[in-house]
Amino acid sequence: MTQRILDISDLNVRFATEDGEVAAVSDVSLHVNKGECLGIVGESGSGKSQTFMAVMGLLAANGKATGSARFGEIDLLKANEHTLNTVRGNRLAMVFQDPMTALTPHMRVGRQLTEVLERHRGMDTKAARAEAVAMMARVQITEPERRFAMYPHELSGGLRQRIVLAMALLCGPELVIADEPTTALDVTVQALILDLMRELKEKHGTGFVLITHDLGVVAGLADRVAVMYAGRVVENASVAEIFAAPRHPYTKGLLACTPRLTDAPTAVLPTIPGQPPNLQKLPSGCSFHPRCAAVFDRCRAERPALAEGGTLNACFLNHSVAAGGAA
Amino acid sequence: MSETVLEVKDLKVHYPVRTGGLIVGRYTPLKALDGVSFELKAGETLGVVGESGCGKSTLGRAVLQLLTATGGAVAWLGRTLTALDAKELKAEREHMQIVFQDPLASLDPRMTAGDIIAEPLRNYRPAMSKAEMKSKVKDMMVRVGLHPAMINRYPHEFSGGQCQRIGIARAMILDPKLVVCDEPVSALDVSIRAQVVNLLMELQRAMNLTMIFISHDLSIVRHISHRVMVLYLGKTMEIAPRDALYADPRHPYTQALLSAVPVPDPSVARARPRIPLAGELPSPLNPPSGCVFRTRCPRATAVCAALVPPQEQPGAGHDVWCHHWRETKVAP
Repeated sequence: MTQRILDISDLNVRFATEDGEVAAVSDVSLHVNKGECLGIVGESGSGKSQTFMAVMGLLAANGKATGSARFGEIDLLKANEHTLNTVRGNRLAMVFQDPMTALTPHMRVGRQLTEVLERHRGMDTKAARAEAVAMMARVQITEPERRFAMYPHELSGGLRQRIVLAMALLCGPELVIADEPTTALDVTVQALILDLMRELKEKHGTGFVLITHDLGVVAGLADRVAVMYAGRVVENASVAEIFAAPRHPYTKGLLACTPRLTDAPTAVLPTIPGQPPNLQKLPSGCSFHPRCAAVFDRCRAERPALAEGGTLNACFLNHSVAAGGAA
Repeated sequence: MSETVLEVKDLKVHYPVRTGGLIVGRYTPLKALDGVSFELKAGETLGVVGESGCGKSTLGRAVLQLLTATGGAVAWLGRTLTALDAKELKAEREHMQIVFQDPLASLDPRMTAGDIIAEPLRNYRPAMSKAEMKSKVKDMMVRVGLHPAMINRYPHEFSGGQCQRIGIARAMILDPKLVVCDEPVSALDVSIRAQVVNLLMELQRAMNLTMIFISHDLSIVRHISHRVMVLYLGKTMEIAPRDALYADPRHPYTQALLSAVPVPDPSVARARPRIPLAGELPSPLNPPSGCVFRTRCPRATAVCAALVPPQEQPGAGHDVWCHHWRETKVAP
């Protein structure tokens, strides 16, 4: 029996700006099971990061989230700061893209790790140090004892990201939300970090949310994939279906315009025309319709709901008349 | 293809870094680029790949004389750029341009798109009338896929992909012959990246540009390049025609890099073997003896520590610097 560790339901995120309200995330429902990796794919402004910033209670001051995000017995969207602080960094951890800004520059990395253990686990300094060094070795940091006493700026980007990952894993979290965890890294280091995440998932049942724009990274690690566009989930399916039989034209387009090492180079790469929409001036109907090759009248007038049609997707092309009518 | 237009010979860029000495400073050379040689023909694209710190951006800038080489020579159409004075260099620069990685940061926020694109014209065609300049700018905007009505807008009003098109228009307006693209699509969204790659390839063909395409993305480099060079710690590991490098890489570093590229196909991504690299990139202040890659190389032996590997030729136009290149044939 699969156990749901995170259940997001009807999440909406709105930002109040001088130019009016911006709908960053609309009607998003997603879940993560124990030991599963959910990949979130999308471009800038698709709402992929804001969805999980809302879940973590880390929205900017002008942001407001509605809906629910159940993590065990807690609804993260309704929990108070105290409850969130006992959960975050402990049972629920986050890894950000830029390891330099995620670390405190004037504190030795070792201290930043032991602080987590002392706070959440109540360990004494000595035990925390031993645990932290052991975790550094596990994320393949060579010479962990020496690195323990270093400052973030003394480490390379790859090492810093491994420290951030070690910090996220220290308390044995049930769920790790990783936002572009390898985007700033070289491919060789990226491969090591992904290996480590795969091992944790398979051996320890750690759940992962992997937010990325890189379909190659998703293909290597995710079990299920949600594709987001203009603040909404437009397709949600198993990783095999997303890559072998995508149904939404946007998913198909993304896959087509990603060059692969295994394909013969062509003279011209397939592209998706146009650019991701401005959230303040969203097109009518389906937000993707101005860029879609298969657009027809209904797409301009009406927004397709996320419904079953080969995969769970939001495209009239795949919905039977009955399902489309219900939208 | 035609005649050789660019010759880079034993190019070196060393920076003195203070490594000790309280009163009298002690300096150690940081070898950002250490003896790189290659030739390019007109209309040819060379892809340059490697991890951060391998010297790929330094190479692009040193070729264009945007930073001073410590040693070696760059010759463009037979003229040695490294020996020219400032005035002669400015004249040669008309034919050479660069496209940078960060599309917004490489544009002056207080200039309009039209002014940015026209700037090379103001520098090199001072006699050109304003009206002619404007019409040239508008033509170029159409060519790179920008609406000419946007000529008076400022960079912040454009998206990342559009800013990169402005950067490309600025680089192309003087009809250059050599263009260095330094990670031109790394900061762009996936759907926009393909558009910009197509634009660069189309311009390259139409203008018969000689191009140096620097990137860490081996899939994009394969798509755009005729030949590919792999750098590590400022030295060339391997250089080969595109298909030879991707189908039959001979250097263990090239093989490791290729095996680490994420493949957007779950069945392939999970099944294929990866060549892991041991340890971390050594400090360029204190590079390993012999072969600089040996500390991370799965095939390193005693000879690799003792001797710098000589240049070997596994095939036509395919050069590799590895003592063990004969043993390193792998199924791709």
